[in-house]
Amino acid sequence: MKKLLLTLFALLLALTAPLVMAAADIDINTPAIATLTNSMQARYGKLSPYYASGAVGLTRDGLVALRDANAVSLKDRQAANALVTAENNDRNALYKEIANANGHPEWEAEIRSTFAQRWVQKAQGGWWYQDAGGGWAKK
Amino acid sequence: MKQFSWLLLVTALVTLPACVTINIYFPAASAEKAADKIIDEVWQIKPSEHKPAEAAEPQPETSQ
Repeated sequence: MKKLLLTLFALLLALTAPLVMAAADIDINTPAIATLTNSMQARYGKLSPYYASGAVGLTRDGLVALRDANAVSLKDRQAANALVTAENNDRNALYKEIANANGHPEWEAEIRSTFAQRWVQKAQGGWWYQDAGGGWAKK
Repeated sequence: MKQFSWLLLVTALVTLPACVTINIYFPAASAEKAADKIIDEVWQIKPSEHKPAEAAEPQPETSQ
């Protein structure tokens, strides 16, 4: 009887230990993440007309792309391209930094795909995004 | 007593690899929360903006 109880106790311990360990959190309170967030926030004012016009869309890999160059006037096209490039540099750096800051560089891909879904989820109506198959859809 | 130490050994053998494995597990829910926080900041989304339905909900206390 005592042996059975002990076995049960051991089993319980073995089963609950992973649950305790699984409660790890993603930490985003680092200076590098704050800097990137601020940089993207400042850029958003310039990018938002392009999101609204559909010139720029949200890609399935958590970045942005100039999906319809014709929606941008010729004189603004270079500026729009520069905004997209700068935004993508920040986004790539952000995903990498979050993975590194949490001690798991290998999480970068999962963090990227989490962001990809959340960007689309929080996008305004009328914005364009890439669906799972790579095609463009309007929200 | 001998049985107990055996049990401890078995427990340790089962528990330790579990900890290592689970620690590598990606915390999806926490990552989602972190992503939301950053996106809200970048796009300056106020809490009231993405839940407009809540404000429109009828208040049963005031109708009586």
